[in-house]
Amino acid sequence: MIENQKNYLTYPKGIMSWLLTLDHKRIGLMYLFGGLAFFFLGGLLALGMRLELAAPGNDFMSNDTYNNVYTLHGAIMIFLFIIPAIPGALGNILLPLMLGAKDVAFPRLNLASFYLYTLGALFTLYTIVSGGVDTGWTFYTPYSTTSTSNVIPMTMGIFIIGFSSILTGLNFIATIHKMRIPGLTWYKLPLFVWALYGTSLVQITATPVIAITMVLLILERLLGIGIFDPALGGDPVLYQHFFWFYSHPAVYIMILPAFGIISEIIPVHSRKKIWGYKFIAFSTLSIAFIGFLVWGHHMFTSGQSVFSQIVFSFITYFVGIPTGVKIFSWILTMYRGQVSFTPPMLYALSFLFLFTIGGLTGIFLGAVALDIHLHDTYFVVAHFHYVMQGGTIVAFLGGLHHWWPKSMGTMYNQTVANICCLGVFLGFNGTFFPQFLLGLRGMPRRYATYDPQYADLHSYSSFWSAILGLSIFIAIMNLLWSLRKNNKLDPGTNPWGAMTLEWTHTTSPPHPHNFEEEPVLEHGPYDYDKVIVEPTFKK
Amino acid sequence: MSHDNSSPSSLQHHFHDVKQQYETAKLGMWAFILTEVLTFGGLFVAYIVYRSWYPEMFINANLLLDVNKGLLNTVVLITSSLTMALAIWAIQKKNKNLSLVMLILTFILAFMFLGIKYLEYSHKFEVGQLPGEYYSYMGPEIAHINNPHIFFSIYFMMTGLHGLHVAIGMGLIGWLIYATAKGNLHSKYYTPMEMIGIFWHLVDLIWIYLFPLFYLIG
Repeated sequence: MIENQKNYLTYPKGIMSWLLTLDHKRIGLMYLFGGLAFFFLGGLLALGMRLELAAPGNDFMSNDTYNNVYTLHGAIMIFLFIIPAIPGALGNILLPLMLGAKDVAFPRLNLASFYLYTLGALFTLYTIVSGGVDTGWTFYTPYSTTSTSNVIPMTMGIFIIGFSSILTGLNFIATIHKMRIPGLTWYKLPLFVWALYGTSLVQITATPVIAITMVLLILERLLGIGIFDPALGGDPVLYQHFFWFYSHPAVYIMILPAFGIISEIIPVHSRKKIWGYKFIAFSTLSIAFIGFLVWGHHMFTSGQSVFSQIVFSFITYFVGIPTGVKIFSWILTMYRGQVSFTPPMLYALSFLFLFTIGGLTGIFLGAVALDIHLHDTYFVVAHFHYVMQGGTIVAFLGGLHHWWPKSMGTMYNQTVANICCLGVFLGFNGTFFPQFLLGLRGMPRRYATYDPQYADLHSYSSFWSAILGLSIFIAIMNLLWSLRKNNKLDPGTNPWGAMTLEWTHTTSPPHPHNFEEEPVLEHGPYDYDKVIVEPTFKK
Repeated sequence: MSHDNSSPSSLQHHFHDVKQQYETAKLGMWAFILTEVLTFGGLFVAYIVYRSWYPEMFINANLLLDVNKGLLNTVVLITSSLTMALAIWAIQKKNKNLSLVMLILTFILAFMFLGIKYLEYSHKFEVGQLPGEYYSYMGPEIAHINNPHIFFSIYFMMTGLHGLHVAIGMGLIGWLIYATAKGNLHSKYYTPMEMIGIFWHLVDLIWIYLFPLFYLIG
């Protein structure tokens, strides 16, 4: 079409215009590439662990090295990739576009939040080069206050990233409340926006608690304040309460945006109106709320009273209700729709399968009697990987494939993308399903070695982890390869025929100020029963 | 709020009008206040847990605090909240000079608060009423009482974090003084002053809880 059309990727030019940008789309891209770099690092650590576990015995890592590797894998994946990646990258790029706004409410704060993330990342890198940390990503006291490894830089990094997360959440809440175009009422918002709203609420209410907990932990190490030290009259279990009061809601910081992505992908690629819009919207908020009341289920073996165990177990089951509502709504959306097996849709279907397993095994672990048996075994490891990787990361990859043509203006090779998605699905199940069996048979987590009776399942898991790692790597490379020269799409392209504002009212990639003129809302986000938006795809 | 919708110099490009910009700032500020409450909330929980574990120790250790200085600081901080509110009132009434005077008074009162806090802290450092393993004071008030260092751990954590907020508030008020004197803030646009005012009242409010919880439980 128009050769020199302005878009946010090419205008303005120069490295400083990126580093000092206030444009939410550019900040989102910087988050994306930062997050992907840490995804790569965390993935290498994971493959290192699987390599060590391919056979019993210390094959090429000492126990101490292994402790460092799993700690860094967990901390990097959670605090530097999953928590910032979806809200920071996809959320930043898409939220104002979906609202018809020119930018987020506080653009400078947005940039500050990115630089806080960068600073936290530097602390993490310092932790790695200065010898690592071996406490596990949960930093349980009293070990974390006595370990000689670098607990302080790592927790300091998490403290700083926490503020980045708080500022993003705060910014998104103000944006969603105040920056919508006229006529875009709450029930006309895309469900991804509802998901970001729920996420942001949890971010601003839970993250301050982890921040102060990390400060207490640092002061405990530096000054021996004794709050978590039984020798000084303190209580190490209080640390666990503080930690999980944040870190359980943090699970929903990680999974709610994924739900939002799935709620966008499924109606678009099924060409059908979403089933149960309000149910999905309000289940997001109720998950965010219930998520604050269940932290004790991480501590069934920490000496809680039986009464608290029963209460926490009971409330934990409630999380299953809104989650089930979502799953059934998505399935009913596909029912009698025109489902096309595009890469985003394949990821969404993988998500449905994998997340359902992850969610249901969470119900197993919420039962006190069963949890006492399965606590700290590979069953737990498999469960949260089914939720975090099978759920969040698969949804993230789906979202990346869905909005890649929108944010980059290029189309990747869809056949390669589909094959990679299949590789991710098979590799993931091959890696983690055996871990459920290992856990049931009593294999504890966080050990570099194991008894020979576990060898078959472990080596099977390790074999498939290579397929999984390779598939994700090729999938990302496939995306990046589309950025080569002379591969631009027509700016008017809408390859999936989506009808949210970011597709219908601006170019791909979008204009530097998002829209040439303020969009006028013509239909709801999923009105496939009323309006026909044809997919357009040309170079 | 009376805002002039045609004043473009303070209007950022991504807002429609001044009203939208003002309401957005206010919502953002209140959300931030919520995060502050939760940050202190963690420490309040620690306070509740340890006070219920060691009720007698708390009452005895509290006798070591200087109630007079604490009371004086309460008066100082409440007064500073009043002067902050008056500064906003004055700028609404287009009285730039009065607003400046009130901001400077607020700044001075904040400084006084930190000065009094410094006197309290330095006394505690001298006699060894310190957090955790650095605690060494063994006076008659706390004979037969176990774990008084826990009280001082929580005392220093909470008043320290609060003091940090006062110091940050001083920086912000200093910036307000500069911006008002330069004429960047005026009766048509004083949103930053109002937002920092909200922050300052929160700092005051937290102290109003800290004062009785630490100084008056005896």
